[in-house]
Amino acid sequence: MSKLTFARAINAGLRKSLENDPKVILMGEDIGSLGGVFRVTDGLQKDFGKHRVIDTPLAESGIIGTAVGLAYRGYRPVCEIQFDGFIYPAFDQIVSQVAKMHYRTQGRVKMPITIRVPFGGGIGSPEHHSESPEAYFTHTSGLRVVAVSNPQDAYTMIQQAIASDDPVLYFEPKRRYHDKGDVDESMDLSKAMPLDKAAVVNAGSDVTLVAYGPLVKTAKDAAQAAADEGVSVEVIDLRSLAPVDYPVVEASVRKTGRLVITHEAGQSGGLGAEIAASITERCFNYLESAPVRITGFDVPYPYSKLEMHHLPDLDRILDGVDRTLGRPNSLSGLEG
Amino acid sequence: MLTDKAGKGVQYDAPRPGQSAHNPLRTGGNLLQLVSPEGERISHPEFDLWIKDIGDEQLGSLLEDMTVIRRIDTEATALQRQGELALWPPLLGQEAAQIGSSRSLRDDDFVFPSYRESGVAYIRGAHVSEIAQVWRGNALYSWDPKRINMATPQIIIGSQSLHATGYAMGVQLDGASTAVLAYFGDGATSEGDVSEAMVFAASYQAPVVFFCQNNHWAISEPVRVQSHVQLADRPTGFGIPSLRVDGNDVLAVMAATRWALDRARSGGGPTFIEAVTYRMGPHTTADDPTRYRDPNELEDWAAKDPILRLRRLLDAKGLLTEDLESRVKAKADAVAAELRTSCVNMPDPQPLDVFNHVYSTPNSWIERQKDQYSRYLNSFNQPVEEGAL
Repeated sequence: MSKLTFARAINAGLRKSLENDPKVILMGEDIGSLGGVFRVTDGLQKDFGKHRVIDTPLAESGIIGTAVGLAYRGYRPVCEIQFDGFIYPAFDQIVSQVAKMHYRTQGRVKMPITIRVPFGGGIGSPEHHSESPEAYFTHTSGLRVVAVSNPQDAYTMIQQAIASDDPVLYFEPKRRYHDKGDVDESMDLSKAMPLDKAAVVNAGSDVTLVAYGPLVKTAKDAAQAAADEGVSVEVIDLRSLAPVDYPVVEASVRKTGRLVITHEAGQSGGLGAEIAASITERCFNYLESAPVRITGFDVPYPYSKLEMHHLPDLDRILDGVDRTLGRPNSLSGLEG
Repeated sequence: MLTDKAGKGVQYDAPRPGQSAHNPLRTGGNLLQLVSPEGERISHPEFDLWIKDIGDEQLGSLLEDMTVIRRIDTEATALQRQGELALWPPLLGQEAAQIGSSRSLRDDDFVFPSYRESGVAYIRGAHVSEIAQVWRGNALYSWDPKRINMATPQIIIGSQSLHATGYAMGVQLDGASTAVLAYFGDGATSEGDVSEAMVFAASYQAPVVFFCQNNHWAISEPVRVQSHVQLADRPTGFGIPSLRVDGNDVLAVMAATRWALDRARSGGGPTFIEAVTYRMGPHTTADDPTRYRDPNELEDWAAKDPILRLRRLLDAKGLLTEDLESRVKAKADAVAAELRTSCVNMPDPQPLDVFNHVYSTPNSWIERQKDQYSRYLNSFNQPVEEGAL
């Protein structure tokens, strides 16, 4: 067991994948001698060479489009998109090519491509550096979408994503890159929790709180604060955003009767809406109150002096918990 | 045999201007032509060498191939008009570009096409039913890319240029001598992906040949709306040598493609070929070119018909024999009959097939929807009890 930062944990996972499979190659902007703008690929080009850790031209569609060709040839490309807001030029290649190639070719051509995306806000960045574009991709069949929330998962899930024969969007919460945690580097991947499983990270009995990526830590803090007030909150780290592990969420809601979902992305058409609808369909009779979403607002990601208002924090989440419990809250007295 | 008028001392692999981005062949916007529209053989000091193995028999085979794919096109268009195909993108007029390029490939080379390369697919070994299936709507695509070393058709304009480049980068990593050929049209050169493909190909010197069939029309947009310069002038700025070739001259296309493929295989890097041709039919069977095209233009190009040109050459050489004519006709008839029969007898897919192959591993969302839809379909077979809600 070693104590690693989030960024080092992903680095260690990438290193292991590069060692274990000669078909794994990394590609992206500035990932070579610089080691990536977040240093996630630090030292990998030096150790594995320029042919396996490829500094690409500054062309996101080009990165993903050539990865499609490399996968066609039998490689397992791991692409880094430098920032969440830079993924849009590659959107067509991701949703029209990466996602559909397996279906299009009736399973004859696999796209084992991993697309790493540092995502989310909270680091005081300028425009296009703090977005949460996950819902665009969870809406696209053929893609698997995961978001990691702690160094151990970061380490194991990057290797699972690379080993997956299906394409995986791997969202890394950039404001947690320097958080440290225990990482068991000897963990046998075959015994690790599967890539598409959700984890109950805090047991509770009154309210189910669903989070992923950067907000898992906030959700756990909120659960702790609620416990101090005598409210027992069960926190679920989704880990997989597509597919969502509904049986785990369902079992929790059947127990608690209440559901709060939180994410940084805007509310409309977001993952929270999907989870609220699916859980309502699956366990309507167990719900004591309507599911509540605590999310970013439906605005472009704001300038950094305002981002703390946009991002769900502990207090907004607790306000949502109060709403499901019928306790006094900021919306008390409002109908609907 | 064709006359080899090349000067002494020119090596088989001599034309390699690709060692630098400067390409003397592009000076003055020359159009490489080895057969005139009147069927006259025009000699070229460098490119004749690339087709010196094309004797009488090979010329006959080229006529056969071109005639067969024109016949596939005619038959498929008829099948569409009869409601047997939902849509068809005709290749009429582009037979020399498709046959000259695809007949230059080795089996181990890999092709990334657009949606119009039905002739190329046929040459690569796709069965006509596999070509028809997509346009009938019975499958997205049905040939096995790994069996014929050709990706399935690409509808998104220009996307495949990046796939070809990535595949070529993989070839480099493997240390293989395979070449990769990407087909796209003149309209695709406006897409960012084609420019990005050229950036990547040039940066890594990937063994890829960009084969642009400039058929002059992107649906209703003429090529002048796409480019202020000749398309073959663009790659130079990326450091990629280019050739502008008469796309209705099968020998010129073949010489140019062989040259470019050889460059790719021998480490010379990428090449761009602009095959200047003309789409004589509509963009697809859903399109009406009379709304946007001057009929005189079609007439001008009909005079440059690629099959007519090869026939004139064969005729001038005394090779257009009855024997050849009947052989070609028999083959075209047989392929057309095969296309028709396999198309009309194609079994419909099963309802639950819609859920297959989205992922290579089970996905709980899709499994659930498949199960629920299966129950729904089965409910039609269950007797409804009296009074049941």
